[in-house]
Amino acid sequence: MARHTLSVLVQDQPGVLARIAALFSRRGYNIESLAVGPTETPEISRMTIVVDVDEHSLEQITKQLNKLINVLKIVELNDDTAVARELMLIKLRADEGTRASVLQLVELFRAKVVDVSTDAITIEATGSRDKLDALLEVLAPHGVKEIVQSGVVALARGSRSIADRALRGGDR
Amino acid sequence: MAENVTGAESLVRSLEHADVDVVFGIPGGAILPAYDPLMDSKSVRHILVRHEQGAGHAAEGYASATGRVGVCMATSGPGATNLVTPIADAHMDSVPLVAITGQVSGPFIGTDAFQEADIRGITMPITKHNYLVTNADDIPRAIKEAFHLASSGRPGPVLVDITKDALQANTTFDWPAFIDMPGYKPTTKPHGRQIKEAARMIVEAKRPVLYVGGGVIRAGAAKELRALADLTGIPVVTTLMARGAFPDSHPQHMGMPGMHGSVGAVGALQKSDLLITLGARFDDRVTGKLSSFATKAKVIHIDIDPAEIGKNRQVDIPIVADVREALMQLVPAVTDEFDNNNRTDLTAWWQILNGWRDTYPLGYDVPRDGSLSPQLVIQRLGQIVGPDAIYTSGVGQHQMWAAQFIGYENPNTWLNSGGLGTMGYSVPAAMGAKVGCPDKTVWAIDGDGCFQMTNQELATCRINDIPIKVALINNSSLGMVRQWQTLFYNERYSNTDLHSHSFPDFVKLADAYGCLGIRCDRPEDVDKTIEKAMETNDVPVVVDFQVNRDAMVWPMVAAGMGNDDIKHARDLAPKWEREEA
Repeated sequence: MARHTLSVLVQDQPGVLARIAALFSRRGYNIESLAVGPTETPEISRMTIVVDVDEHSLEQITKQLNKLINVLKIVELNDDTAVARELMLIKLRADEGTRASVLQLVELFRAKVVDVSTDAITIEATGSRDKLDALLEVLAPHGVKEIVQSGVVALARGSRSIADRALRGGDR
Repeated sequence: MAENVTGAESLVRSLEHADVDVVFGIPGGAILPAYDPLMDSKSVRHILVRHEQGAGHAAEGYASATGRVGVCMATSGPGATNLVTPIADAHMDSVPLVAITGQVSGPFIGTDAFQEADIRGITMPITKHNYLVTNADDIPRAIKEAFHLASSGRPGPVLVDITKDALQANTTFDWPAFIDMPGYKPTTKPHGRQIKEAARMIVEAKRPVLYVGGGVIRAGAAKELRALADLTGIPVVTTLMARGAFPDSHPQHMGMPGMHGSVGAVGALQKSDLLITLGARFDDRVTGKLSSFATKAKVIHIDIDPAEIGKNRQVDIPIVADVREALMQLVPAVTDEFDNNNRTDLTAWWQILNGWRDTYPLGYDVPRDGSLSPQLVIQRLGQIVGPDAIYTSGVGQHQMWAAQFIGYENPNTWLNSGGLGTMGYSVPAAMGAKVGCPDKTVWAIDGDGCFQMTNQELATCRINDIPIKVALINNSSLGMVRQWQTLFYNERYSNTDLHSHSFPDFVKLADAYGCLGIRCDRPEDVDKTIEKAMETNDVPVVVDFQVNRDAMVWPMVAAGMGNDDIKHARDLAPKWEREEA
């Protein structure tokens, strides 16, 4: 098993997210992370899907996804050749006594404070999964009240766009 | 010039432009607007069925017999959900089907309105694609796309759900000249280099087998398959879905492989060194336990669906293509190899194959009590009726016997529910086949369990002049389940006794439907009963063959076992080693 990040271009039509989610559950695969948003082209959305599967399952997933009529293109993004980011909001206990040390950690991780109250502070952080895990670890002693996290979004490095790249596992 | 019409008229025009000649369906509230203009259509005949499941299977039978797209229609809610089984069936067996359903009006969607069901959501995993049309202007494009999707690439069911207000709205009708589906581009042309490599592998193999699946029938590739088989002399096995793709009378035909396949066909796959897989999908009912399936064989896999390749079995030469186009290129490629004197002598392989065929022919035990054996009935039916007829079946023992004991010579003459295993398929499918091929004799070989699920369509057949014939293999029980109880549950027959030698009286039932009902329970009456049924062509015929209930389907590979563990008959396992030596 290994973690794979798939970037999927889909026609932005009603039900397309349901189709993709249903395909994963129907074929017995877990989605680890999913992020959906518009692209530079109107009517086309981009999904970034992270799955933890072996090579055989990955091939089946991409082939089955390719069979969906609304799926236009699938590219696997590798850690070495792509930038992947997640966004996290963290609400911490922080009063006058602890706020300074929390702000120091925020600074260190290049995170941002987005809300402050007398006994709490909310932090916005973006980064790779490792970075966010590390941030959470150092913040833990302060008492994390609540977190919310986005799915991974990823983009290949370099000048090429997904539209230039070959299909993965589609045509042969 | 676009004409001003209602959405409903636009739908009917669209069906006419899609060359639809028959629709099986039942009206109801949400689809009602469509039924009004449908009444005036000159080219689309609507056949009113008695249950939506019957409409769906009839459309499947029509499609499987003719190769054209079958069409069924139902209203929203329960009408639509009753189509779910045939849609799932068509999905499993790659049947080109378009299902049109009414939906509650747009503003009602999501309110749990009367007869509202999210049929698009429900059928997402069992359709090739589906649509919810809420705007009347979108109807022609949705219908055109639906027919294109259903019939091209790997065929399958497409559902078009149309809201009642879209059907009632004013719109313009304009049949789209072309459709643009950037996410749908099936690969039909094989890769030239892969074909060459496949040809080389074929001529080098010592124990090759043509493993033929239903895709060969859907692709209309029977002639091309015959050419390759005749050219190479390679043995052929045809799966349950491929019966008729290659003539049973051909000396190279080893029969059907799988759980109830012939020992020769199962052995041919198991001991092969090269599976030339054509439009087949390594279904568990063919492979048995995967890890022990054809362990020494390399695999050439030709299929139009890339996702089938490598799904269950690792492949050495994958070829994504229409199997007919691939065979048309493979034949000259193999000829080239032969011309260069690359050819392997298959005599030794045929000696082994013929040994199995001679030692383990298909057969059955005749009951000692003089009761009727189901295999005899089906065998005689095939012999008397002949290979030009169309045979449909339900699911269970009678289905396996019909696959084993009838000699099929032509594609599209054996229609059954292979993938989903839908009891009740037979009668409505026969009805659809007879509508599609009115000049052919159509026999529904059905079980007493299956028959009681969909026999109300006899009324449809009687009223609409669709004279099908039903051979009811009545063993008074859910026979296949009973067989498993005999073999694996200590003969504890939990809930498999249907008492259908007594209730219902199928002859009276046939009579009630205005059909000819005949009963036959003696071996000596079988021939004349079939002949009488064959002479009756003005009304449907139901023959209640009351057969011995202890008959079992053999050979058999028990579920979960490897194919090497096939039993030719109870307690009789073939001796592979002797033939192997």
